Amino acid sequence: MHYSAFRIFKEGLTGNKGWKPVWREPEPKAEYDIVIIGGGGHGLSTAYYLAKEHGLTNIAVLEKGWIGSGNVGRNTTIIRSNYMLPGNQPFYELSMKLWEGLEQDFNYNAMVSQRSILNLFHSDPQRDAFVRRANAMLMSGADAELASAEDLRKELPFLDFDNARFPIKGGLFQRRGGTVRHDAVAWGYARGADSRGVDILQNCEVTGFDIEGGTVCGVQTSRGPIRAKKIAMCVAGSSGRVAAMAGMRLPIESHVLQAFVTEGLKPTLPGVITFGAGHFYVSQSDKGGLVFGGDIDGYNSYAQRGNLPVVEDVCEGGMAIMPMIGRARLLRSWGGLMDMSMDGSPFIDATHIEGLYFNGGWCYGGFKATPASGFCYAHLLAMGTPHPVATQMRLDRFKTGSLIDEKGVGNQPNLH
Amino acid sequence: MIINHPLLGPRDAAEFVHLGDASLIDRPNWQAEDAAAQFLDYAYMRDNPAGELRELWYHEQGDRSWLVVTRNTLTHEISSVELARDVALARGRDR
Ligand SMILES: Cc1cc2nc3c(=O)[nH]c(=O)nc-3n(C[C@H](O)[C@H](O)[C@H](O)COP(=O)(O)OP(=O)(O)OC[C@H]3O[C@@H](n4cnc5c(N)ncnc54)[C@H](O)[C@@H]3O)c2cc1C
Repeated sequence: MHYSAFRIFKEGLTGNKGWKPVWREPEPKAEYDIVIIGGGGHGLSTAYYLAKEHGLTNIAVLEKGWIGSGNVGRNTTIIRSNYMLPGNQPFYELSMKLWEGLEQDFNYNAMVSQRSILNLFHSDPQRDAFVRRANAMLMSGADAELASAEDLRKELPFLDFDNARFPIKGGLFQRRGGTVRHDAVAWGYARGADSRGVDILQNCEVTGFDIEGGTVCGVQTSRGPIRAKKIAMCVAGSSGRVAAMAGMRLPIESHVLQAFVTEGLKPTLPGVITFGAGHFYVSQSDKGGLVFGGDIDGYNSYAQRGNLPVVEDVCEGGMAIMPMIGRARLLRSWGGLMDMSMDGSPFIDATHIEGLYFNGGWCYGGFKATPASGFCYAHLLAMGTPHPVATQMRLDRFKTGSLIDEKGVGNQPNLH
Repeated sequence: MIINHPLLGPRDAAEFVHLGDASLIDRPNWQAEDAAAQFLDYAYMRDNPAGELRELWYHEQGDRSWLVVTRNTLTHEISSVELARDVALARGRDR
């Protein structure tokens, strides 16, 4: 079924009786060409691009719960391509370009809203660092714009410019950044993959791998064994658990990240704003709630819930740049499992086991990567070689010393 | 989370800094033949279990001791707390 304004009009006149479920609920087949483990944003977009770009459709996506129950439905929905290093920035810019054409491409309203992202800076050295980052962004074909405090006073008068501890000296805009309706991304990719013949198998948890002589030939699942020529892990925060079933150790720790939303308010924030002296990022949803978050809790966790000290820390960050939010009431908070890699950058690679592939280590920035991650993973699975913008996202980069360390702080599983 | 410090009693986890898997105590011998491979494993690779994990916490806002906390990563429940010094000595480290 094709979605269009005409379709809405017609359905409105005929009692909305023509809408159909947007994906099937098939029974698992005994064998597929490719099995993707994990029905999050990345797994579903991988299936979509395998079908659309490479014509491969004998594919199943195995999801242990329902699709969108993981991080793709829990994040703060920010998209941007304001990285710096050559191993990352071209990849994220490809992702931004794919976001820009996504809704037309998969004919689904994902509410892609390029409402801008602004990173505030609070000191002269920080401004210099942001100038450098802006130049790297421009060189990758992305947009970047430096704003002085005077510019910002006109555009965002509510910011606490003269904060005694963290005065706002200016900011780095990426006007093409913004937010996207996160679950609609999962649903849109699922619909697009399903309509091309991909089986989306929900409530199908992978419980083991069948590996014979160094080659993977299938998985054990809660809905029975499934054979496949290629198996692609794509389970984000569960990477460690799933890889362990194949006897692999990863340069990844699982941590918890929380997010928060306030009661609905009248329009106050035009775009995404981030604090430069602590960790706080905020945007306003179309329903009016302020959606915000900060740092991970800081200890290994698979609990999908965090603790109170981080709530305090995040809210302090918010109060430091926009004291007005102190009047808003917090309605909800929740947590998700983050696959924190040792240099803060992801992996899209083949493993040492023939036929077994790995996508993970997205830390807390993997939502913006959803289109490019699927695009590049599909490229790797179909062609056997890494996509040109993902050549450095290798599992062995710590061995070869080719880290992608945006912060330049060495091996720590708590980077962004 | 409350960490029951062996010397100071129950303390808020917010007073501590978390470092990670207590296997970091077992620093490899830099003169070993396969030191590079051992350090790759030590510095970057993790078991990352879902369940019981022994991990290092540093009491930064307190007595500055290092502790080995045994905690369940699925429930956040803490089952034992030891001084890292005792654990290190028991594992054959000289200090
Ligand atoms: C609170 C929060 C805020 C965030 N904010 C942002 C943001 O503003 N911008 C941004 O870019 N990123 C953000 N992120 C990060 C982003 O959400 C993730 O990096 C990204 O969604 C991970 O990829 P995914 O969508 O494929 O993961 P998921 O949706 O977690 O998909 C993984 C799936 O694998 C399934 N699975 C696990 N084990 C098995 C198994 N054994 N068998 C079968 N299936 C299995 C899970 O059920 C899950 O559905 C945020 C994350 C959180 C938690």
